[in-house]
Amino acid sequence: MRYSLALFVILAFIWLANSGHYTGLLLSFGLVSVFTVVAISQRMGLIDHESQPIHLAGGLPRYYWWLFTKIVRSNIDVVRHVWRGPSTISPVSAWVPARLHTDMGKVLYANSITLTPGTVAVDIDGEEILVHALTAEGLEDLRRGEMERQVRDLEE
Amino acid sequence: MTDLVVSGLSAVLLALGCLFMVSGAVGLLRFPDFYTRMHAAGVTDTLATFLIICALMLQAGWSLALFKLGLILLFIFFTSPAASHALAKAAQHSTLRLEPGSGPRAVPAEAVGGQETQPAEPALEADAANGDRA
Repeated sequence: MRYSLALFVILAFIWLANSGHYTGLLLSFGLVSVFTVVAISQRMGLIDHESQPIHLAGGLPRYYWWLFTKIVRSNIDVVRHVWRGPSTISPVSAWVPARLHTDMGKVLYANSITLTPGTVAVDIDGEEILVHALTAEGLEDLRRGEMERQVRDLEE
Repeated sequence: MTDLVVSGLSAVLLALGCLFMVSGAVGLLRFPDFYTRMHAAGVTDTLATFLIICALMLQAGWSLALFKLGLILLFIFFTSPAASHALAKAAQHSTLRLEPGSGPRAVPAEAVGGQETQPAEPALEADAANGDRA
């Protein structure tokens, strides 16, 4: 029930932010379409803790802030390598451990790896993620597992 | 006064965003192979987009456009890793397959050899390795 409610709130927000017409008729159309989408999603069995991870909401701002600083740092790093030329990079690929309890955590971890320039998650297999990194240091940084720890903190 | 500060800040953010965009494009041209070029493209996806949209948000002020720009930013940040992963995964199914643990040795060969085709043997090895995992 609360997952349906969360979906309802999110859809209503997206509708309101995109419409810009706040007359009674159009608002009621919006309400009808939001209800229809929620009803269809419910019938398709799409609404659960994975599609609406509201239990993570408390820890997300802190994680996103950490991820954002990480993204800024690695962006600057990659740009530096761009201007110094291809001779300064050392591309590597390796399986990096992802010791996380939930599928959600693994997806979040792999997505964060890809979102950070300089590292891309290519494949996932059980508790390991195949990562391609622009530099050996980038891979080493990932191996040290700070990002993994942040995701694990978020899960719990 | 505040108008001046806001438009000045927005101009600085736009300029920085353009700088990162250009850097990403230059990286795309300079880097030697598919995977490294993907990293360069990642710069334009993340920080460059973020800076430019922030600058536009400052221009928009308190209006509906602010929320729309916020939604654009959110969707780009959610979808761009999916797109990057789809690209990398597609490369895995082609001749560009990665050999896990392959180090820097792969790069000089490619940088020197140019369009040299991949020898058949390593590809077979990689196949066997992936077969074990599957």
